[in-house]
Amino acid sequence: MRADLIALLPELMLATLAMAVLLAGLASGKARHGLLGAGAVLALAATGVTLWLAAGATDPGAHFFSGMFVLDHFAIFFKALFLLTAALVVLLSHDYLKRNDYRPGEYLALVMFATVGMMTMASGVNLAVIYVGLELMALSTYILAGYFRREVKSHEAAAKYFVLGAMSSGILLYGLSLIYGATGTLDLATLARVLASAKPGPSALVGVALLACGFLFKVAAVPFHVWTPDVYEGAPTPITAFMSVGPKAAAFAMFLRVFIGGLAPLAASWIWLVGVAAALTMIWGNVAALTQDNVKRMLAYSSIAHAGYALVGLVAGGPAGVNSVLFYMLVYTVTNIGAFGFVILLESRGYAGETVADYAGLARRHPAAAFGMLLFMLSLGGIPPTAGFMGKLYLFAAAVNAGYVWLVVVAVLMSAVSLYYYLRIVLQMYLREGDGAEPATLVAAPWTERVIWACGVAVLVIGLLPAPFLAAARAMAGAVGLL
Amino acid sequence: MISTAHVLVLSLALFTLGVVGMAVRRNFITVLMCVELILNAANLNFIAFSRQLGDLTGQVFAVFVITIAAAEAAIGLGIIVALVRLKQTVNLDQVNVMEG
Repeated sequence: MRADLIALLPELMLATLAMAVLLAGLASGKARHGLLGAGAVLALAATGVTLWLAAGATDPGAHFFSGMFVLDHFAIFFKALFLLTAALVVLLSHDYLKRNDYRPGEYLALVMFATVGMMTMASGVNLAVIYVGLELMALSTYILAGYFRREVKSHEAAAKYFVLGAMSSGILLYGLSLIYGATGTLDLATLARVLASAKPGPSALVGVALLACGFLFKVAAVPFHVWTPDVYEGAPTPITAFMSVGPKAAAFAMFLRVFIGGLAPLAASWIWLVGVAAALTMIWGNVAALTQDNVKRMLAYSSIAHAGYALVGLVAGGPAGVNSVLFYMLVYTVTNIGAFGFVILLESRGYAGETVADYAGLARRHPAAAFGMLLFMLSLGGIPPTAGFMGKLYLFAAAVNAGYVWLVVVAVLMSAVSLYYYLRIVLQMYLREGDGAEPATLVAAPWTERVIWACGVAVLVIGLLPAPFLAAARAMAGAVGLL
Repeated sequence: MISTAHVLVLSLALFTLGVVGMAVRRNFITVLMCVELILNAANLNFIAFSRQLGDLTGQVFAVFVITIAAAEAAIGLGIIVALVRLKQTVNLDQVNVMEG
């Protein structure tokens, strides 16, 4: 029992501190942005330390809570990534919330609750635990998407996200119920044993198909992506940044754990489904992004495309595939948070300053920030020496080695297409002059700038010295234990 | 005697109703009811399988799902109330300021 609680301590601690932030927010009113933000960041940092201590005090191969929960290296990698994401998002939100005059208490608490949900998803080796974590994450993000309650767009985002999210969770749950009926278990290791020993019936296959639909929805893969552009455009921008990296990485953690772990014996029946979805996702995400004039919408389609690239790693499977997905999630997180940070800087009240035309001539007026954006766009496009290049290189290498050359051909072609819309922003910033009566300028937001700096440095460091990060991802992926 | 197959037919009917209802109905409150239909169809499955297998896990999970469904309904209704305050409508088609 004591070992169980130690393994769960990071989640327990973050949930408790989130409630403390919630209460402090209620007690202190809207004026205490700095205090609450600092509290949230400290809480996330303290959880990180607890995670480190808990990882040292437990056996990575051990199962806790009657085999429902693990704290293996795979879980630790994702949990550290989620805590980093949440901390960066809290810092991004600080100036933005103040500028738009919204209360920080509930907002920060919800980001922290969503993080607890994501951490639970990464650690769950029982479908029930994974589902509960998923819902905790999803319910928190529904509210966050609609947090700007004076904006119609934010409501629209929340309503659409809720309707489609609830439907996908329901479909996923129905799939779980069929799998439970066919195998009599929700435990992933037992599931893999049962599925390997007997030929699965049609109800198990239908269950797996429904489960795959639910998962593909959560990672915003085509054809389950229709909610993404509207939700990403309408939600408050720091929350868009959060949704595009945190819940997406958590969905991939769950996808890897369930499909490469528990459902591995059925690989023949789901791998083509995921492979086709990956190809369609890369094609549609990149092609649709070409015509977007709203930068948030363009980044939404870009994030759909990136989910497609990461799915290539999932299809490749094996330690190399899992390792490359983990590494890609790290790369994508720092790059995308940086890019959204720049969008936040340019934004002003009432969602102005979001169109590509607003970026004209920014390099002359704000050279440092524009250079950061240049790095993020190159990294998203996958150009050396940025992190995005290394991430794609390892993903595609894993897929080629696993024999999925056609998928890699699609991925490389679509990466080339994506350069058009990423470089369009760069061209606007560096080569065009703002011809409007009042050219867009960046707002003063010191914390947002610091986040952009940190992400920019990370993009360069990972791009130039990928070895230690890759080694970390490899050590983590190798220990999934289910491969 | 009610067999597992009977329950499965009922749950499949409820699930289909829920999914189709979410796709075609534009009233947010009806959509919320359809979510409940889907979740409870899955619950029925869990309970029926649990009885058939003589394994309590399914029933315990159903209790978890009921709790989550309650939280989901609360959040859905919260979004509806906020929407009505701003737009005076629960029709999802009228909540469409963004393209696509």
